[in-house]
Amino acid sequence: MKKKTAYLGIMLALALICSYVEALIPIPLGIPGIKLGLANIVIVFALYSMGIKEALLLSVMRVTISGFMFGNVVAIAYSLTGGLLSLLVMYLLKKTEKLSCISISIAGGIFHNIGQLIIAAVLVDNYYVLYYVPVLMIAGFITGACIGIVAQEVLIRIGKQIRE
Amino acid sequence: MYRRFGRNDVIFIGCLLLFCIGVCVAVYKGNTVIGSYITVTVDGKEYGTYSLSEEQTITIGEGEHINTITIKDGKAYMASASCPDQLCVNQMAINYDKQSIICLPNKVVVTVTSGNENDVDMIIR
Repeated sequence: MKKKTAYLGIMLALALICSYVEALIPIPLGIPGIKLGLANIVIVFALYSMGIKEALLLSVMRVTISGFMFGNVVAIAYSLTGGLLSLLVMYLLKKTEKLSCISISIAGGIFHNIGQLIIAAVLVDNYYVLYYVPVLMIAGFITGACIGIVAQEVLIRIGKQIRE
Repeated sequence: MYRRFGRNDVIFIGCLLLFCIGVCVAVYKGNTVIGSYITVTVDGKEYGTYSLSEEQTITIGEGEHINTITIKDGKAYMASASCPDQLCVNQMAINYDKQSIICLPNKVVVTVTSGNENDVDMIIR
């Protein structure tokens, strides 16, 4: 139990640092909402090495704290919806035990962006926001694949020690 | 616990990729119509319609929430905004039909529309 608390603390700190580094890297594509999602490496890692409850806790804490520290409060709503939807999809896909970490992360990346767009369409009251769906789906696909590859490599190397 | 990359993954990723491409084609297919107007909505309510053919600067909002839209060379872009993230200012200029610039904090949406004021093509009974 003590160990678990310590690991959760380390992972939360790591996720926050990832959010901070990400905020420093601008992606000049002219389309809003495309991000690397570095912090999701930590979330995927936690989902595999610890479990859904821990991943959920990390995800919510990460979004809330980084929203207050580096972003604005409005951004919390978007990140939270996207984060929760992607975590739900990843959890359900993981339960089937037929897919590798990379596939699950790709699905998570796509649904992260879809969740953000849904809440944006609701908040702005304008369905033209959904015009961005294809671009953001492809962005989610690419970033999800990168995150999945990194998370898989980390899991192979240190996943066992944390799970015990 | 975790599975290595295998045949299931290839099938799954292939299906996802096809789905993405399908959505892209469905949304962007044939959208090469250059619009002639922009419609501005604030908080879901229509604010005004402006022609893309004349060069102008439009200021929207009052008090702390101010957005400035500039129309130049038949394209519209967000010149400045009072929001903290400045995402809308960094977006590309728009001129194709149904393209839009969205400022989420100020709830301002700029959408390109084609010449027809009435969007309904026909009603089938």
